[in-house]
Amino acid sequence: MLSVRGLSTEYTDEHGSAVRAAQDVSFEVPAGKLFTLLGPSGCGKTTTLRSIAGLEKPREGEISVGGALIYSSKNGVFIPPSRRGLGMVFQSYAIWPHMTVFENAAFPLQVSRSKPTRKEIEARVLRVLKAVALEEMAGREATKLSGGQQQRLALARALVMEPPLLLLDEPLSNLDAKLRERMRFELKRLQRELGITTVYVTHDQSEALALSHSIAVMNRGRIQQTGAPREIYERPANQFVADFIGTTNFLRATVDAADGVPGFHRVASEVGELVVRAGDALEPGAKVVISVRPEDIRLSESRPQDGRNVLEGTVDTKVFLGESVDFRVKVKDRVLQSRAHPSLGTRVGHPIYLSLDAEKCVALKETPE
Amino acid sequence: MEAAGESRLARVGALRAPRLELKWLIIGACVALTLYLGIVPLAFLLWQSFFTPQSAAKAAQFTLGNYRDAYASEETWLLFWSSIKFAAGASLLAFALGTLLAWMNERTNTPFKSLFFALSIIPLIIPGILFTVAWILLGSPKIGLINLALQRLFDTDAVFVDVYSLTGMIWVDALHYSPMAFLLMSAAFRSMDPALEESAVMSGASVLQVVRKVTLPLAWPAVFATLLILFVRAIESFEVPALLGLPVGIQVFTSAIYQAVHRYPSQIGLASAYAVTLLVLTTAGVYFQSRLSTRGNRYATMTGKGFRPRLIDLGNWRYLTVAIFLLYFFLIVVLPFAVLLWSSFQKFYSVPSVEALSRLTLEPYRTILGHPNLMRSVWNSLLLAVSTATLVMLVTAVICWIVVKTKLPGRWLLDNFASLPMVFPGIVLGLSIMILYLYLPIGVYGTLWIMLIAYVTRFMPYGLRYNTTSMLQIHKELEESAQMSGASWGTAFRRIILPLLKPGLVAGWIYIVIVSIRELSSSILLYSPDTEVLSILIWELWENGQYVELSALGVMFILGLFVLVLLAQIVGRRFGIREA
Repeated sequence: MLSVRGLSTEYTDEHGSAVRAAQDVSFEVPAGKLFTLLGPSGCGKTTTLRSIAGLEKPREGEISVGGALIYSSKNGVFIPPSRRGLGMVFQSYAIWPHMTVFENAAFPLQVSRSKPTRKEIEARVLRVLKAVALEEMAGREATKLSGGQQQRLALARALVMEPPLLLLDEPLSNLDAKLRERMRFELKRLQRELGITTVYVTHDQSEALALSHSIAVMNRGRIQQTGAPREIYERPANQFVADFIGTTNFLRATVDAADGVPGFHRVASEVGELVVRAGDALEPGAKVVISVRPEDIRLSESRPQDGRNVLEGTVDTKVFLGESVDFRVKVKDRVLQSRAHPSLGTRVGHPIYLSLDAEKCVALKETPE
Repeated sequence: MEAAGESRLARVGALRAPRLELKWLIIGACVALTLYLGIVPLAFLLWQSFFTPQSAAKAAQFTLGNYRDAYASEETWLLFWSSIKFAAGASLLAFALGTLLAWMNERTNTPFKSLFFALSIIPLIIPGILFTVAWILLGSPKIGLINLALQRLFDTDAVFVDVYSLTGMIWVDALHYSPMAFLLMSAAFRSMDPALEESAVMSGASVLQVVRKVTLPLAWPAVFATLLILFVRAIESFEVPALLGLPVGIQVFTSAIYQAVHRYPSQIGLASAYAVTLLVLTTAGVYFQSRLSTRGNRYATMTGKGFRPRLIDLGNWRYLTVAIFLLYFFLIVVLPFAVLLWSSFQKFYSVPSVEALSRLTLEPYRTILGHPNLMRSVWNSLLLAVSTATLVMLVTAVICWIVVKTKLPGRWLLDNFASLPMVFPGIVLGLSIMILYLYLPIGVYGTLWIMLIAYVTRFMPYGLRYNTTSMLQIHKELEESAQMSGASWGTAFRRIILPLLKPGLVAGWIYIVIVSIRELSSSILLYSPDTEVLSILIWELWENGQYVELSALGVMFILGLFVLVLLAQIVGRRFGIREA
């Protein structure tokens, strides 16, 4: 449905020198799917979205929607944003303050070249307002809406033209935490019900994991990994992805040899001998970084029966979070973070055993800083 | 839904050539107009100052003679010196008055101060020529009310005040422009975060140390900028030097230019040489002031959050500050207006007395309303003011959109060119436009068009400022979302940008209408008998010695402007509500 190939963008900063934003970005979004561009600020995700929208002109690459080319540096094609017919929700919502709710949602129809009749416009606007549960508010001034309502209005305005592609630029970032969570479900429901192909930009990993069919993690203008949410979380492709998504412990290690089970290796890490999993076969002697998430480190006061990947340490600090307890456990010179059930009451300074699930210990190539 | 969208997109995709003609036509026209208005008069003035006058007998020749004539003579240096003395005196006095009032208003618990804030802006409405005339009627050695009253009181012939002097000029000009100083310094006081001073106090500094180490360094950019603005304004001042200085031979650059043009044969080359000097002075002032304000941002005294400064409790001294406010208001509004009102009901100008009271008459009003040129002047003034304001606001809206919202290379240059007329004193602009269209035979000389060109040029920078303030508040996504909705540039500009710009557009429009109606110093060189405007009519009445008719016209003029400003505020408030 949407296809982005070899997209590179550039902008000039205030000193007049060219700064690269997105570099060689390529991805495909199948029809009806929600695709997320995830990354820290300045990683090029918004530039990529704005290039799809046509609000920015890339330097290189090709973008097509539903088979129609909307941008191509090779063929010199650049369809202006007003001719692309895409729907977009902006970070600030960009609700026009001088119009009512109805007028805001009706604008795209009023300016469209197909010139629908007044009756047609009214019917379509009311239908879309109903879909976002704002039909009662149609006559209100747009500025009188709450943040969540404005967000829904922005969505309605983007959907009223029934666009082939919906672009969402951090749509939830301006809402407070409670509302954000509710809108997350709302958005997911709407997208799944309408089956509209969507590109979603966010820096919030939990938002991305909750909403997406597929995620592209970006850093420094490049896509680091593309995959389903679970894949990205459980099998990060490199240190950056592991670090950016969720919380993790990194351990430096040197590969000893392949383990008996295919895909597993024995390594000598800072905290001792471990069995870990790796995507590719590793050469003995190779330097790697092991990522293991706090919830994958089991804690116990007595030594576990299964002797693999068991470490011994002392409790350094702990933080009570209500539904869980965060332990920081000192093993040799390192402090490992582990999430445990609140029933575990080991005191600070007391010895404790850590058992690391080999399946979840992922060997990664180090991301050069 | 998807199928429909895709087929539509395919259709659009086939239509490759983007239709941008209208957009570029409008942008191109506005840019061309701005560049033409901003640069051509200046270039022509410079060119003219290096040439001998063109006549039927011989063509213009390159010469440095104008500058030699202008600068070899001792007179010019006297002129320079008196201009500086006048401008420095007037700006310092206005600054002192304005700062005192601003401090009392912003930082003390003087009673009724919010009322005074509103009242102190009134003098800015009174046209300069009327304010000056009113002060002549008050302070002239022969007919001035103040002298006559004091002479009667002390039974002498001594002259107590003489407005026809450098001191008199400084007094009248400073008084008239002190509200400007008041507004600028009020803003400065308001934007200074008192926490900065309070934290110095908390660090153990004494009051003197706080003032020396914190308050003064923080206030310095604002103080210096205000002084520069006032100085440039004073050196451009025409009405006061022309009416008070010329009769007693005190010349400054503006009045010297006027005289050089009105001499026979008129010495346009000499006037140009003077004008260039004046231009150099104002340019330097404006340049330093803009440098200062960009540097001032570093001081970030404006944090954007509203803070309530701690007010100084004056105790019983607050009666003194109220008295100062009252006296100031009396001097600046009540007295000048009262003297105009009084003389407008007299058949011949005379001092108030019981006897004169019995001679009150509506005769001057009858005369002025029957004046053959009145209706035409009013019509010309209104026509010019409304067309100027409308044209300026629409053109600068486009210019300011380019400057603020696009990334076009060289857009800062456009901003500078549109602001260029700011350095033109009214009389210099009048002179350059006069010369330009004398040489350029396109038939605008002597028509209303030439006045329109002058007004639009002169007030373009103001329009730009008003629009820029509003434009900066419009989030770029508001426009982008219109584009994403399928709106062309023209549609987005008309339906999104202009409505959102409305607060600035309306405020700027009203301001330009008012300053256009009061405009004198450019018009005085450009009008012809058919294109008289109200301020010119007042000027002529003064030259003819028709003081009572002038007063009657002045009273009606001021009342008219006052109503206009009130209306403007009501309208402004209505449009202001929906500001984004």
